[in-house]
Amino acid sequence: METLAVNEAALEALDQTVEITADEMDKPEFKFDKTVGSIHSENPRMVMRNVNVHYGEKQAIHDVSLDIGANEVIAMIGPSGCGKSTFLRCMNRMNDTIENCTVSGDIKLDDVNIYDKKQDVVTLRARVGMVFQKPNPFPKSIYENVAYGPRIHGLAGSKAQLDEIVRNSLERAGLWSEVKDRLDAPGTSLSGGQQQRLCIARTIAVSPEVILMDEPCSALDPIATAKIEELIDELRQNFTIAIVTHSMQQAARVSQRTAYFHLGYLVEVGETSNLFTNPSHKLTEDYITGRFG
Amino acid sequence: MSSTTVFNSTTPHRDADAVNRRLKKRYAAERRFRLYGLLSVAAAITFLVILLSSIVANGLPAFQKTYLQLDITFDQNLLGIDDVSDSGQLISADYQRVVKEALKVKFPEVSDRRDRRALNALVSNGAAYQLAAMLKADLSLLNTSQSVWLYADDDVDTYFKGNIDRNIPESERRLKDKQFQWLDKLEAEERVKKSFNWTFLTAGDSREPEQAGIRGALMGSFYTIVVTLLLSFPIGVAAAIYLEEFAPKNRWTDLIEVNINNLAAVPSIVFGLLGLAVFINFFGLPRSAPLVGGLVLTLMTLPTIIIASRAAIKSVPPSIREAALGVGASKMQTTIHHVLPLAMPGMLTGTIIGMAQALGETAPLLMIGMVAFIVDVPGSFSDPATVLPVQIYLWADSPERGFVELTSAAILVLLVFLATMNFLAVLLRKKFERRW
Amino acid sequence: MQISTLLLILSLIVLGAYYLGLRRSLQVAGRPGKRKHTLHSLPSYYGLLAALWSGIPAALIIVFWVAAQNTVITRLVVDALPPEYIASVGADELTLVINDIKNLASGNIISGQSGPMMQAAAERYLHLQSISRLALAMVVIALAIAGMAVIWWRITPGLRARNQVEAIIKAALILCSTIAILTTIGIVLSVLFESIRFFKMVPFTEFAFGLDWSPQIAIRADQQASSGAFGVIPLFAGTLLISTIAMIVAVPIGLMSAIYLSEYADKKVRAIAKPLLEVLAGIPTVVYGVFAALTVAPFVRESGEWIGLSVASESALAAGLVMGIMIIPFISSLSDDVINSVPQSLRDGAYGLGATRSETIKQVVIPAALPGIVGGILLAVSRAIGETMIVVMAAGLAANLTANPLEAVTTVTVQIVTLLVGDQEFDSAKTLAAFALGLLLFIVTLCLNVIALHVVRRYREQYE
Repeated sequence: METLAVNEAALEALDQTVEITADEMDKPEFKFDKTVGSIHSENPRMVMRNVNVHYGEKQAIHDVSLDIGANEVIAMIGPSGCGKSTFLRCMNRMNDTIENCTVSGDIKLDDVNIYDKKQDVVTLRARVGMVFQKPNPFPKSIYENVAYGPRIHGLAGSKAQLDEIVRNSLERAGLWSEVKDRLDAPGTSLSGGQQQRLCIARTIAVSPEVILMDEPCSALDPIATAKIEELIDELRQNFTIAIVTHSMQQAARVSQRTAYFHLGYLVEVGETSNLFTNPSHKLTEDYITGRFG
Repeated sequence: MSSTTVFNSTTPHRDADAVNRRLKKRYAAERRFRLYGLLSVAAAITFLVILLSSIVANGLPAFQKTYLQLDITFDQNLLGIDDVSDSGQLISADYQRVVKEALKVKFPEVSDRRDRRALNALVSNGAAYQLAAMLKADLSLLNTSQSVWLYADDDVDTYFKGNIDRNIPESERRLKDKQFQWLDKLEAEERVKKSFNWTFLTAGDSREPEQAGIRGALMGSFYTIVVTLLLSFPIGVAAAIYLEEFAPKNRWTDLIEVNINNLAAVPSIVFGLLGLAVFINFFGLPRSAPLVGGLVLTLMTLPTIIIASRAAIKSVPPSIREAALGVGASKMQTTIHHVLPLAMPGMLTGTIIGMAQALGETAPLLMIGMVAFIVDVPGSFSDPATVLPVQIYLWADSPERGFVELTSAAILVLLVFLATMNFLAVLLRKKFERRW
Repeated sequence: MQISTLLLILSLIVLGAYYLGLRRSLQVAGRPGKRKHTLHSLPSYYGLLAALWSGIPAALIIVFWVAAQNTVITRLVVDALPPEYIASVGADELTLVINDIKNLASGNIISGQSGPMMQAAAERYLHLQSISRLALAMVVIALAIAGMAVIWWRITPGLRARNQVEAIIKAALILCSTIAILTTIGIVLSVLFESIRFFKMVPFTEFAFGLDWSPQIAIRADQQASSGAFGVIPLFAGTLLISTIAMIVAVPIGLMSAIYLSEYADKKVRAIAKPLLEVLAGIPTVVYGVFAALTVAPFVRESGEWIGLSVASESALAAGLVMGIMIIPFISSLSDDVINSVPQSLRDGAYGLGATRSETIKQVVIPAALPGIVGGILLAVSRAIGETMIVVMAAGLAANLTANPLEAVTTVTVQIVTLLVGDQEFDSAKTLAAFALGLLLFIVTLCLNVIALHVVRRYREQYE
């Protein structure tokens, strides 16, 4: 357990990966020859085909294919351990940090394979930003939190430009009015909801094209959650967003398309309104109606 | 667990008396056990108290020193100075003779040669250096008469500190009856005083206890620790960063880990052998030099620093790393910009503790020749030098009573340094203790 | 040119390289505002890359040059001496002559006579030294500038400067982490080689099974090894005797203190007693040595005399007692860790049956923690065996094969110190014997440590 801290994410992911037992596979409703619904998008930004993810021997994602369209919010739902977070983390190669995690298949961002040897992960992550489950501001000032990304990517030529980026990002994250007088205060001194919006501001400060959100509201109270959801809707104007959520209501509120994952398989994808009102697959229906999850 | 009878279903009937008697016994055993524990703690603390108090009691007098006041005449002829502008002459002039003359004037009745020698022995050889320094600072003193406080001999010093008993037979003590008479006379005229022993802090080592000081050893320790710090801190931190953040889990990394843990428990003297064989005999580095001492201590303290630094890195939550990676920082940027600053207090604490260990270390330095008798205060990393703990060892081996005091006083100085460093480490830990 | 001046010049070049690399990257990227190309990395990385390329090879050259310089020059000077002169003096004397030449060159007083031949050699030495310095300076400066130039040429917007800089840093990190391994290899090789030379002079069986240890007899060169006795058994017995006494003192006190402090003591007592024990651990061994030699040894002797026993002034008992005191905090802190890691549920189980505290401790906690405690004790034994200063100052020099704690015995570490401190010829059996003892010490402590660490680790895993 020497690298306990580093591998915590891996272990968590492993915990969530449930082996499919033989008799589960035999159940009539458990059929996955093909994902139900259209995986395609009109104006695709990210195209994923036949993605498989293994943690060592265990397979966490089975042959998932999905498009994410420009300026759309796609929600990924499913019971815990269904692999939705793992799948999300493939999209900006955050899984690289986990030892013995292997990803196969095609994941393309604007027609470039992001798992190509030539692809620099750093530039990739600048283009595909990520917001995490728990707000994780750096233990630095609010200003430094937002300025860090632009700084390492050399996005600002001068202090004035950097100030502008910080202000702009905080405004777009709806946090500016609350913190403009105390930019020097530590980011950790904010409330949970504010911290999460700070993390969103930090992510959009590097002007990514896609933002991945891994259950961004699970650690927040309902009021803070509502603010973030509002924010997500606004951000859609400029960004493509993939959000993993536990809450079906949240998926219904913020997303245009929804993908339902089950035990590492993508069971069903569709227009959000459609999927919730009229699920095609038995498993989706069971989940939505609250039989499990 | 011990009393199966309680659960024995065949004897449901309990004899209340027997149970009570047993209970009494059990509680007595409980009290005894508790007492043993308390006694153990008390014993350990008593040892500490005895150790410290014996050192303090022995060492404090060394900070004082006895002076004798004599009327010195800087007689040009006696000194043998014919050219005042020649500084070489001023230094090599015969100051002993002037001191002897002053004693002769003070005690005209002493005429026997052996008595004279006994009389002269009351004043330290170091008095000559005192007078030389006086004259050099003020040439107008030449051919004048001055009342001067001179260093007393270490036996005289010991006597005035109450460590020579006049009642034991004359043949068994270092000072004879006649010497006591002279000292009594001086004391009656208030020509004896004790004052702070600056020599102890400003002089190098010496064969004479009253002229010996720890400055040489302190400077040696300083140079050695600087080398150790400059090498072990960056190397230790770098190694810890690699092992925690970058190293893949494989045999090689396991090997490094096992190695570090074992090195932490290898006897320090073995590191001395390594230093002797590798640094001195193989690479031909100078013996007795702080540079080599620092290299040896670096290898010795590295495991401590690496282990502490790894613990500090481990305590940085992974969410911080994810946050940085998420905005597109590279692994190296994440480590240098975020993990390292957050782990720094822990690393510094570990380093200070490692340095305190190095500062108190003796055995490996004996191997690389830092035990030589060195009078000069070292001025660079390659000058022959000794360090404070070795100086303590050397003094403890010297038979004169004066050195016993010096030993304890030097220990006090060493302990003060160590206490300060450990206190700093504790402060640092308290100040930056962070809970995520 | 002095090394320090050279280092200064080199750092200036490196700074310049940083600046030039940074400027170059901005230049190839085009003017601000209308950038022709986007740079792959931040400009500062291009600067860093240039600085590293100009600094690292040059610095490496300096290190190797300085390390080799002395040997090479000495060899050249010796080769230039008249061969018949070299033949006339032995190998031992030659080292003295070389020392004299060096002293003559640096203007010091020399021990031998300074003839014209010596003068010439000293001048040659100085001459070669100045040539070497000059050559080093030129090579280093040329290399630094070349490194900078190479990067200057290679800088294009597409150059992955950050990745390259990071690769270099990572290589440096890897290098640092291997130092632990290099140290171990260094220890093994240094003691092994000298020991092998020793065993060529003294048969291994005599060393391992001999009952006599008196290396000091070999004073004259023609007596070497022939009359000195190198039997390690009495040393080992002495070491074991003193370590045993130390453990008899330390184990009960340390263990019981740990138990008391972790199971009984209230917060206030713990807050005072624990740091005090830590103070005991932080006191340098030389201080314990002084304490043993000047306070405990006389006390033990006097109390022995008082009850009519004759006690040696450097008795094993005094050294062992003080060593035991030194080890108390070591045992108590290791036991404390181990006892604290015994799960509370085990204790609760015993309390639930109506066991008293001491019964719980004796019958549940200690058995559960036993492997960890044993591991800790093994580590403490290894420490006692390797402890040097206390025994050097308070134990004897003569090797007595005895189990009487009131007599003086000597230990392995004491002998290593006595053999190696002071003037020594490096090739005599006497000095080499110290390395053989070092090898023995290393192997014994290594075995103890490996076993102890293994036991403790297994124990920890059990309750994690």
